[in-house]
Amino acid sequence: MTEKNVVTAIRDTLLEEMRGDERVVVLGEDVGARGGVFRVTQGFLEEFGDRRVIDTPLAESGIVGVAIGMAMHGLLPVAEIQFADFIHPAFDQIVSEAARIRYRSNGDFGVPLVIRAPYGGGVHGALYHSQSIEAYYGHVPGLKVVAPATPGDAAGLLRAAIHDPDPVLFLEHKKTYRLITEDVPDEPREVPIGRADVKREGSDLTVVAYGLMLHHCLEAAERLEREEGSSAEVVDVRTIAPLDRETILGSVRKTGKAMVVYEDNRTYGAGAEIVATIAEEAMFDLDGPILRVGGPDVPAMGFAAPLEHAFLPDAERIYERMRELARF
Amino acid sequence: MATRVTPAAHEELGLSPDDLVRMYRLMVTARLCDEAAFRLNRQGKAPFVIPVSGHEGCQVGTAWAFRSGQDIWLPYYRDLAVVLVAGMTPYEVFLGVFAKADDPCSGGRQMPAHWGSRRLGIITGSSPIATQVPHAAGIAYAAMYRGEDAVVGCWFGDGATSEGDWHEGLNFAGIHRLPVVFICENNRYAISVHQSKQMAVEDVAVRAEGYGFPGVVVDGNDVLACYRAAREAVERARAGQGPTLIECKTYRFHSHTSDDDDRTYRSREEVEEAKHRDPLLRFAAYLKEHGVLEDRAAEELREEVRGEVEEAIDRAWQAPDPDPATLGRHVFAEDGR
Repeated sequence: MTEKNVVTAIRDTLLEEMRGDERVVVLGEDVGARGGVFRVTQGFLEEFGDRRVIDTPLAESGIVGVAIGMAMHGLLPVAEIQFADFIHPAFDQIVSEAARIRYRSNGDFGVPLVIRAPYGGGVHGALYHSQSIEAYYGHVPGLKVVAPATPGDAAGLLRAAIHDPDPVLFLEHKKTYRLITEDVPDEPREVPIGRADVKREGSDLTVVAYGLMLHHCLEAAERLEREEGSSAEVVDVRTIAPLDRETILGSVRKTGKAMVVYEDNRTYGAGAEIVATIAEEAMFDLDGPILRVGGPDVPAMGFAAPLEHAFLPDAERIYERMRELARF
Repeated sequence: MATRVTPAAHEELGLSPDDLVRMYRLMVTARLCDEAAFRLNRQGKAPFVIPVSGHEGCQVGTAWAFRSGQDIWLPYYRDLAVVLVAGMTPYEVFLGVFAKADDPCSGGRQMPAHWGSRRLGIITGSSPIATQVPHAAGIAYAAMYRGEDAVVGCWFGDGATSEGDWHEGLNFAGIHRLPVVFICENNRYAISVHQSKQMAVEDVAVRAEGYGFPGVVVDGNDVLACYRAAREAVERARAGQGPTLIECKTYRFHSHTSDDDDRTYRSREEVEEAKHRDPLLRFAAYLKEHGVLEDRAAEELREEVRGEVEEAIDRAWQAPDPDPATLGRHVFAEDGR
């Protein structure tokens, strides 16, 4: 085991995969000489050369489109979108091409592509360096969307994504990059895509979250235990699509109460689908309303700290809603 | 300035009389498939068809420069003749027209003419325009990376050149000097929008200069001139000298699709005038002039192809439809990895 933060876990995994398989190439803006703006590919250009570490023109649709071509012709590209906020020009290539190629060709072609995209707020990123984009893509069959919250899951899910025969949108929460550290196994290990994880066992209520919000939920759950004597089970969604309904429903059926937390705009967010799933499948196991905590329906968190804080759910706000549900 | 490709005699291009007849035969096949598909559409047997007529010369001419089984093809939806050169059969084409289970492109999932076949090296295509252009660049990159002796052909219409993906694909290909040939079939209309409202330049080919590789203009109704342009481009690509943009000036004789009505945007006089430059008539005249195919032999060939197409249609019509139970298949890989 080695203690790593999220960035290091991602970098080390990518490094091991590139060392182990010549088909793996990385491409994106500033991934070469600069080593990525978050330094995920630091040192890669020196080790692997510019054929495998490709500084692309500043064109997101082109990055994804070129990577799709590579993936259809024997390579395993890992494309980096510098910030998830900039992924929108590539929407068509991701949604109409990568996600549909296997289906539309009746299984004749596949796109083993990973698109890494740092997302999320809490880093003074304002309108265009803070966005959550998972809901747009979680809606698309043929595309897998993962959002690990911890270094171990980031490493294991990235490895699984690179080995996956289908396109995977790999979302990295920027605030967790250097904030979250843990011991990560040294031997290569996959975390299966499509499996949620119970990060904290509990018996009184279930809290479902992912990304940065997971950590706020864990903190709030500790406080709830301390101050209220209520035990919250915290489920880390990890994969937005395909959603692990069984793990989420299993926990809700056990505790009888459910709350879903996400930092994206509340309306039509990924958490809305989770709430709907619980409402459809576990209604008669519930002893209280399903609560939902999400970002407000305004276009973004502001650059000014008070505006950013006003947008982002935090441990305090989550705690208050958890207590409300626990007392219900 | 884009280079203008001058006509050449077939001997100069290394084409035998036999090659010429095979090329002509494919052009005739495309034309007859087209006519039959429209007839089937009007009979209510084919919900939607996309015509090729008028483009057969530039399609067969350019596609002929590529090697089946080695090179990679990224056609767009009008490229019936390109995929015939790549090895698709009229039977397979009509399996697609009728959306049958054995349609090699999509098993009846896509609209007709959304070509694809891994076996033939034809990359699956979609309806959004120019999305295949960055794919072509990526495939060419992968081919070069893997040390393959493959050249990628990427076809599109004049409207495609306005898309961001078109620019992004050509730019990437230019930067890495990739083995790819970009072929614009410029018929002057993107559905109804005339070229003058699509771009401020007369020749699409001049844009190649902005990507650091040659652009050439060729008479798209002259199959041999198109072959000449493509052969030179493919040779350059195979020799590691990078991409070429070829612009074939041509015309589409019918509406954009069976659901379009070109009378709303083109005069009949313009269309009739363009038909005087029909690539089939021109090539037939060339073949006759060079003693390759006399009128009678050309007529026999045409009837033979007509019989083949009719037989293909009958067979395809009777083929099984897709099973609704397969709707959920191939969302993700079925064999895990």
